[in-house]
Amino acid sequence: MIEMIKVSKWFASFQALKEVDLAVGRGEKVVVCGPSGSGKSTLIRLVNRLEAHQEGRVIVDGVELTDDPRAIDTVRREVGMVFQSFNLFPHLTVLENLTLAPVWVKRVPRKEAEETAMHFLARVRIPEQAAKYPSQLSGGQQQRVAIARALCMRPKLMLFDEPTSALDPEMIKEVLDVMVELAREGMTMMVVTHEMGFAKTVADRVVFMDGGRVVEAAPPAEFFGAPKTDRARLFLSQVLGH
Amino acid sequence: MRWLRENFFGGWASGVFTLLLILILWKALPPFIDWAFLDAVWRPDPKACRAGEGACWGFIAEKHRFILFGTYPYELHWRPAIATVLLIGLWIFSAFRVFWKWWLSIVWLVGLTLIGILMWGGIFGMRYVENERWGGMILTLLLTTFGLAFAFPLSILLALGRRSDMPVIRALCVGYIELIRGVPLISLLFMASVMLPLFLPSGVTIDKLLRAQIAMILFAAAYLAEVVRGGLQAIPQGQYDAAHALALPYWRRTCLIILPQALRISVPPLVNTFIGFFKDTSLVLIIGLFDLLSTIKISLQDRTWTGFGVEAYLFASLVYFAFCFAMSRYSRSFERK
Repeated sequence: MIEMIKVSKWFASFQALKEVDLAVGRGEKVVVCGPSGSGKSTLIRLVNRLEAHQEGRVIVDGVELTDDPRAIDTVRREVGMVFQSFNLFPHLTVLENLTLAPVWVKRVPRKEAEETAMHFLARVRIPEQAAKYPSQLSGGQQQRVAIARALCMRPKLMLFDEPTSALDPEMIKEVLDVMVELAREGMTMMVVTHEMGFAKTVADRVVFMDGGRVVEAAPPAEFFGAPKTDRARLFLSQVLGH
Repeated sequence: MRWLRENFFGGWASGVFTLLLILILWKALPPFIDWAFLDAVWRPDPKACRAGEGACWGFIAEKHRFILFGTYPYELHWRPAIATVLLIGLWIFSAFRVFWKWWLSIVWLVGLTLIGILMWGGIFGMRYVENERWGGMILTLLLTTFGLAFAFPLSILLALGRRSDMPVIRALCVGYIELIRGVPLISLLFMASVMLPLFLPSGVTIDKLLRAQIAMILFAAAYLAEVVRGGLQAIPQGQYDAAHALALPYWRRTCLIILPQALRISVPPLVNTFIGFFKDTSLVLIIGLFDLLSTIKISLQDRTWTGFGVEAYLFASLVYFAFCFAMSRYSRSFERK
């Protein structure tokens, strides 16, 4: 589903990613973790070209991402993304947030788009909020709307960029529950998160990054049970230690 | 009593200011009321005006036709009068949100066509009046209406262009905005009226009114573009990320996500610029168009009525104030929503 081959990325003179190789199969759930500044967010933002890589190749669902706008468009239609700060459209209601892209990008009739939207709102357990504006919702509710918004485009792959980092502790669970459910249904997922509990229950593979490199990639049992590198051991002791 | 104490004598500083203000009003208000109302001469009689102590409102009464309609043929004044009412009516009608439907543009199209027919005439047995003779209130309102109607969309394109990824477009927009902003409106109007005809191929003429209108549109667009750009810059990167992630193409992203938010943020400075533009229309005076302020100035040159400038300009101020205050109040109510 995703294939990255020797991918490098610079921000001015700072190298954010160093020859990263990574493959994510169909239906696979990959959790990316690592200390801040390790390049995890940059990595996930390459997948739908919110950032452009400078070296190497990124292939998503058989389409190689280049400067070609058509390739970028094809990939973005297939890839849903959920952000740390939700990024809902504040001037639109929840329902309008959900129907905007299906109607204007996929040309789905409005009525059908609204039915789909209500279906996914029910799935994330807030169908009663459809007519409200994002600012009237709690953080956890907003993030669930953001997940539903991405799902309304019927993506083949979902990207999560620290989806619970901006949430109050009591709201983290409601978002994670939705994500776990999504994983159980077989969605291909790439998740940047510090929620190690989520990684243990859901992930097929945990990718540990540090300094712009993939340092370790292993199934969770292996990664949490016996990390191979010192850096991973140190990171885990810090994340799990408290 | 309590309300009075809390609001006007809350502390010693506020108390001092209140007393000072009362003193100033005590000194200034009664003479003003005497002048403006009690001693005023209301009849259009210059002799009585010169004899009296008070304001000469008779001057306004005598000259109001010329002030409001300029050099438009006297016996046809009913035409600009209806046009003025129609145009103000259109603005008021459009202020109500319930009418913000697609058919509002049809209403405007019909309204402006009617105004055009009334002002020019030439059909339905109405005498043709060339637009060199239009003047007064309707000229001010038309210059503002068409000025903003064209300048605002143009300014949005300029602001977007200034933030474009394409270097040529960006450079053109930056160049345009900086060039126009670096020049006073007066010199633009002079250029439009004197230089523009020199560049046109012989035989092609654009009349004075249109030239002034074009100059004003170009001028307003540059200023409005910077206001819109300010709004665009206030949109967080996350909104662009989300729109990109949903595969929204440029124009849909811009029209559905970015502009609605950016323009909402820009309402206060936009209205500020609109009000400034409304008042700037009075500068067309210098190229010989008779807007509301010019007609007043010309009225004052009448031998029998010289010396009543204060009354005349007070009247002009009141008219301008009424329009600007309405705009400002409307924008306030708009911001609260």
